Amino acid sequence: MAGIRLRGRNALDPAVAGSAGEGGSLTAARVSARLVGLRYPWWRIALGLAVLVVAAIFAASIGSVYVPFGSVVQVVAAGLPGVDLSPDIPRSWDTILWQLRLPRVAQAALVGAALAMSGAAYQGLFKNPLADPYLVGVASGAGLGAVVVLLTGVPMYLAGISLLPVAAFAGGTGAVVVAYSIARNSQGTPTTTLILAGVAIAALTGAVSSLLILRSDPELRPVLAWLLGSLISSEWKECAIVLAYIVPGMAILLGFGRMLNVLQLSEDHAAMLGVPVEKVKLLLIAAATLVTAAAVSFSGLIGFVGLVAPHVVRLIWGPDYRFLLPMSAIVGATFLVLADLVARTIVSPGELPVGMVTAFCGAPFFLYLLRRRRLGV
Amino acid sequence: MKLRINGSRNGKGSNGHSADELPRNGHGSAPKVNGSPAPSVTTGAGPTVHPELVEGRADVPGVSASGVWASYGEREVLRELELEAAQGTLTALAGPNGVGKSTLLRLIAGAMRPDRGQARVMGHDISALSGKERARLVGMVPQNPDLPRGASALEVVLMGRNPHLRLLSWESASDVDVALESLRMTDAEHLAERPVHQLSGGERQRVAIAMALAQQTPVILLDEPTASLDLAYQPTIMRLLQELAAEGRTMITAVHDLTLAGQFCDQVAMVSEGRVVACGPPESTLTTEAIRQVYGAETLVLGHPETGKPIVVAR
Repeated sequence: MAGIRLRGRNALDPAVAGSAGEGGSLTAARVSARLVGLRYPWWRIALGLAVLVVAAIFAASIGSVYVPFGSVVQVVAAGLPGVDLSPDIPRSWDTILWQLRLPRVAQAALVGAALAMSGAAYQGLFKNPLADPYLVGVASGAGLGAVVVLLTGVPMYLAGISLLPVAAFAGGTGAVVVAYSIARNSQGTPTTTLILAGVAIAALTGAVSSLLILRSDPELRPVLAWLLGSLISSEWKECAIVLAYIVPGMAILLGFGRMLNVLQLSEDHAAMLGVPVEKVKLLLIAAATLVTAAAVSFSGLIGFVGLVAPHVVRLIWGPDYRFLLPMSAIVGATFLVLADLVARTIVSPGELPVGMVTAFCGAPFFLYLLRRRRLGV
Repeated sequence: MKLRINGSRNGKGSNGHSADELPRNGHGSAPKVNGSPAPSVTTGAGPTVHPELVEGRADVPGVSASGVWASYGEREVLRELELEAAQGTLTALAGPNGVGKSTLLRLIAGAMRPDRGQARVMGHDISALSGKERARLVGMVPQNPDLPRGASALEVVLMGRNPHLRLLSWESASDVDVALESLRMTDAEHLAERPVHQLSGGERQRVAIAMALAQQTPVILLDEPTASLDLAYQPTIMRLLQELAAEGRTMITAVHDLTLAGQFCDQVAMVSEGRVVACGPPESTLTTEAIRQVYGAETLVLGHPETGKPIVVAR
């Protein structure tokens, strides 16, 4: 019997042959580098970040008081140590930018990035192009939490801390934990069951929220505003809290880009390639839920960012999750910064909920995707 | 993860082996299908077997199952099944639909556990290994694998490198070389840049086999790899499996076409109602009587005019 040939074939070792510098090997190296992104397209990420920064400065310059683009840059630069604000810029601009617009722009970028990246992760994990970060119940759970605080006798503040985001965060993560526990069986957690459990939990918590809204006094504007999503009350403090959740969550998601690629095979197949499927699933759902819940707890339910941004990236640059995840975050951040700019300027001096603006842009795109999918393009 | 192949990365160009010196079996040259273009990229020989878990185990059977019982819930699928496949051979699993061929393959791959009994791969109890270790021992080509839309053939084959990569690490240039080699061995290198969803059934199958090859495992299992292929592709794939076996791998494939099994496989295991009822060279297992017993079908078994191998014709 032949046995496995282990010895005496070192020269046939592809790694060795590849470095031998023969013509064929060079061709192979060229092919590989171009195809696989061994050269990661950092420049695209850098370009995306540059676009995001320009969009952010643009958004910060526009509002009831117009601050020229260059002045925004100067004011922001003055925030750096050792840079003084030039005397010909009004103090009021400094206040408007640092107290009002910049925290709001930053919050929009953070929330947009969070929703888009968890949307991309969910689309990969559930292998469903219509998945969004709210798929397994975060949204309705957070909604219930918010409604409870806004409409029932629960105090709005405890020891000086607003309970609204705390309740929304607890409701959102709680709903996902319940859905996951229901879907889990001895074999694992089938994604179809998980989605269905999420739908059921969403229906249930939504019904409870509706009941609370119906039974309460007619002061519904804050509830509606929250449910439609708004960045109106953004402060630096909130940004910091959101950031504290988003950074570790996003780091986990980014680390699993290659695994998500392998998971695009069937789960069984991925398992036979050595992917610990259930662990990966749990970790990714946990990370995406934390990131999403942190984002919505301060800004309410902003829809369609998490659905649209990953698709835009996928359509333009393809399905490699190692690029898709970070680029989705950048596109989502840019999209929400601009959407929020529209939301607060289009009916000035009033303001639209930003979720309404994203829905105006996102819903038609969603329908386009459905149509495209139906046609099998 | 530093990729180790043949236990060494240091012998750069130390001797002059080339792909032509690979052991070939009696059927001769590499498969060529419908005049497909010759591979444009060559980097030496095919992906060999990762030495870890295999070293010093030249004498054990590649795959052995002893007294294996397995069930899906209440439904018993395998009943005291026995199977042994020597290293360097191609084994066909034959039998009607639903007798447990796919279950047996999943079990050998470690994707499910036996209720009783043991499946050993290269002497290792497969259920005692970690998922990653299993994936370094056994490569699996599922029936109609669900290859991700939009990914190129090379990207798909690179997924076969997963068992050799750490969680956060990415494929190195040598992983890419292994993937390209795998594509070359399946005569699919010219497809490397093509999106898999645009490939024909036979091309996709070759990419799927290349992915398993890229795992560099001593054992490769295939679930009806020729099922959806046309007349020209079926022997091509079988010949490829034969060549991979001739290099020392243990190849086990579920097949429906008994004539294909007879022409190309070293041994045929007839599976019926969850057990192997006959196992041996095709000449001894593919008989009218055995086929009647297993399939309940009347057949005529002829001898191949050149090789004498059995040809099974339905009556």
